[in-house]
Order: sequence, then structure tokens, then C-alpha cells
Amino acid sequence: MDVAYLIETVIKVVVVLLIFSALAGIGTYFERKVLAFMQRRLGPMNVGPYGLLQVAADGVKLFTKEDIIPSNVVPNIFKIAPVITAATAFMAAAAIPFLPQFTLFSYTVHPIVADINIGILYVLGMMGVGLYGPLLGGMASANKFSLLSAARGAAVFISYEVVTGLSILAPIMIVGSLSLVDFNAYQSGGITHWLVWSQPVAFVLFWIAAFAETGRTPFHLIANDHEIIDGFGTEYSGMRWGLFFIGEYANMFFISFVIPLLFLGGYGDGSMLGALGLLGKMAFFFFFFLWTRAAWPDVRPDQLMWLCWKVLMPIAVINIVITGLVMMF
Amino acid sequence: MHNEQFNNRNVSDNGYYLVDIEDYPTDGWGKFKRVVKRTFRGELFVGLWVVLREMIKFDIHTVSYPQEKMPIGPRYRAVHEMKRLWESGTERCIGCGLCEKICISDCIRIDTKVDENSRKEVTEYSINLGRCIFCGYCAEVCPELAITHGGRYENASEQREHFVMFEDMLTPIDTLKAGKQLEFEGFGAITPHEDERVKKTPLSY
Repeated sequence: MDVAYLIETVIKVVVVLLIFSALAGIGTYFERKVLAFMQRRLGPMNVGPYGLLQVAADGVKLFTKEDIIPSNVVPNIFKIAPVITAATAFMAAAAIPFLPQFTLFSYTVHPIVADINIGILYVLGMMGVGLYGPLLGGMASANKFSLLSAARGAAVFISYEVVTGLSILAPIMIVGSLSLVDFNAYQSGGITHWLVWSQPVAFVLFWIAAFAETGRTPFHLIANDHEIIDGFGTEYSGMRWGLFFIGEYANMFFISFVIPLLFLGGYGDGSMLGALGLLGKMAFFFFFFLWTRAAWPDVRPDQLMWLCWKVLMPIAVINIVITGLVMMF
Repeated sequence: MHNEQFNNRNVSDNGYYLVDIEDYPTDGWGKFKRVVKRTFRGELFVGLWVVLREMIKFDIHTVSYPQEKMPIGPRYRAVHEMKRLWESGTERCIGCGLCEKICISDCIRIDTKVDENSRKEVTEYSINLGRCIFCGYCAEVCPELAITHGGRYENASEQREHFVMFEDMLTPIDTLKAGKQLEFEGFGAITPHEDERVKKTPLSY
């Protein structure tokens, strides 16, 4: 391990952290605008041109707000919970190749923080650890709605995580590797080599589970505003609440990178066009998160568990069995 | 917009029909069939298309309020106005005190005196907008159509007692001279075509 490698990694970490913190803020702007346009509204318009500086205004508000620790909470756990959500979201990004490798001033840059051989397992595991944020925050808050939200979080988590793991198993069997770079290399031959054609069921299952993973609208149960106020975020204020938010939106961006990398060819052959293609696919999946929020109703927690355990998990198992049989013969 | 379609209460011949709702399945096979049907009917994509269509059409219904305002009806009862006589430009208010008397929230205060021409003159006239419920009785009872309601509905104040004085409510004289004094069409106002309908007093029969 030489010094150059260390410096390069630190620079990559800082760049990923900065870009995706900013993107999480801009993501909230996009969400407001897209939802507004779909509901025939204008959305934020007054802060800056077309409301573009609304993100900065929100940031100033969150940073300068008083940090309130209510008297009955468990202080240490209450304080650490938002950090868990935000930190695990960014830690998951370490194994995601955001762009193909490129040469900058005759120095080859790999836009992935750590190309570990268990890439997708690490990403999903880290996102799974992210659940401890809502769980601990909800349980430590001394609030009924937060407690309900934490209980829901745990119940929902074990439901969708089964589907995520089983649906991703069949593509892993085909590719024979857990690294997202290997996944991309397997599909680099063009659109006909995409895994979505050989594994359409796994693609749909993983996509559905991604909505539960990020807690987005059809499965927006853990922080369901119209049922349990803000769930685990009820007692939070200022930047601690903001960290929950950054974690949620960063998670949405990362899962929007993971889905195309796994199933839709990623950055393809590594050319400029391929890199733009990956960004385009990522933009579509991020837009789809906002789109469904405008169009679809939420399901109940028991409905989500019914869906995951009784419908999606059997389909995922059948998919694995069929894939195995096809690969065997 | 006509009312006829709403006045016809006979719903049977208005194009209403009963929605065909299937019975709930009772056995497992029926429930399974319902799940499959709902899954593959593509209703979720109908919802997606509807919101995307609205986004593409970009038919925004927002009124950006402080810059744009919706028109309000002429009978809207907002902050009061005091009118002037069209011919002479003097105030219509004769200081009779009926508005003060009828005010159910007791927010009008009026003081009068006899001036040098032996006519009643209003010296003090104030309305406490913090108490006023904008019922319109003062405008209705006014025999001279002097106090009416205007359209100024944006009120902000540092305290609950927010008074408006006679001079603030009175039509500015240059507005009157420009012929821009608006008559109120609400309570107590003369209805259109009043001239044709009015009859002479019985004394002249």
C-alpha cells in the first residue's frame, strides 16, 4: 500500500461525499418541482431563479436551527441515529463504479472508491445497516409515533431484504461474481447482452424491493407523514433531521446507480457514450422514484409484508430454481 | 353557466348508471384469480400516464399570489369604504348613527356635532377591524349608501385592535373626479333597473 494509493482514495472519498451531499440537496429540489408539475403547480419559485436556491435556503435553515434533545429521550442513541443513516448511505457508495475508468493528465482514474470482490453484497449490506438509523432513532425518541415507525421499520426490513437478496442471487449465478465491475464487464457487449433480457423477473423484483429499501412511495411506511406524523423523525429538528434526509436521498441516488449496473448494462464498453448512458439510466430511475410518488398510493404495512413474503419471495425462489436448471443443462 | 342541469333532480335520466362491482371472492382460488387480474391489468401504469400527461401538458393552475391576484366578486365584503356624492363630491354620510346602532360586534364608533350651517357633521368615525365580522349590516342599513364594503382584503396589524378611520375609508376626491368611484352591489345597494321599477309615493296618486 503506497502513499499515492492512499491519497487517491482519500480524494475519491471526498469527491463522492461532496458530490452526493450536493446531489441529495438538489434531489429535493427536483422532487418538489416534478411533484409540483405533475400536480399542476409551480413548486418553489421565489428563492433564486425558478427557485433554484431553495436548496441553499433549506440548508441555511437546517444548519442554524436549534439542536433540540427532548428531555425523555435516550440522549446518546438519539444523537447517533441520524449519523448512522447518513454514514451508511455514503459507505455503501464505496463499491459502486460511478463512471468507467478514464485518464486524467496521463493518470488512470478508477471512479470507484474500493473495487472489492464482494461489491453488491457490501452495498446491500451497508444499505441494510442503514435501517439502524430509523430503528434506533424511533426507539430512543420517547414518542409513540416514532416507536410505531421503528416497529414498522424492523418488520418491513426483514420482508424486503429477503426479496432483494433472493432476486439478486440469480444474476450473481449467471455472472459468477459479486463485483459490480464484473457485472458491468459481463454486459459490456451492447444492449443484447444486458441481464434484464435473461433475468427480467429478477429485475422487476429488485426494482420493487428498491422502493422498500429506500422507503419511497408505494412502500413509504417508515416515515409515513399522513399516518404516523414523520415517524422516526418526529422528535428530530435541525441538522439531525437533515442528516436523515440526506441519507434517504443519497440512498435513492446510489440504488439508482446499482439497478442499471446490475441489469441494464451499466456504463457499457467504458466509452464516453457509455458513461453518459449510465448517468441517463440513473436519472431515469431517480425520476421514477419521484414519478411513483405523484401517481401511486401507499400500501399498508401488512400489505407490504403480504406482498414480500407470499408473492415476491416465492417468485424469486422459483426464478433461482429455473435459472439453476437452465445453467445446469 | 346555467342552473337547469342541476335543477333536474331526477337522477335516473341524467346518464347515471350503477357501477358494476364484482362480488368479493370467498375461496382461495377466487382470491388468487383476483390478485392475478389486478396485477396484470396495468392500472398502476394508467396512474403513471395520467400524472406524466399533466406534466407534459404543463397546464399550471397556480396563481402566484402576491404578484397575481384572483378577481373577487363585486359583492365581496372586505374593508369598508365611505362614498362621496357624485355631483358635489361631499361625503354621503349624514351622521345618522344607524350603522353604529346595528353593528352586532359593536365595532363602529361615531361622534357628530352640529356645524355652523346647522347641519350634522361627522367628527369622529372609526371601525375596529379587529372586532368587525364583516357581516354587512352597516352597509345594508345605511340610508344614503354611504358606507359600503370594498375589496381590500389584505390586512396586517401589530395588534388585535386595528382601527380604520373615516378619512382612510373615504373615496379620495381625485378618484371621484376621475369618475372611478365604484358603487357597491351588495347588501343595501340599489338593484339594476331600479328606475323603471320604482313607484311614485301614494301622495301623488
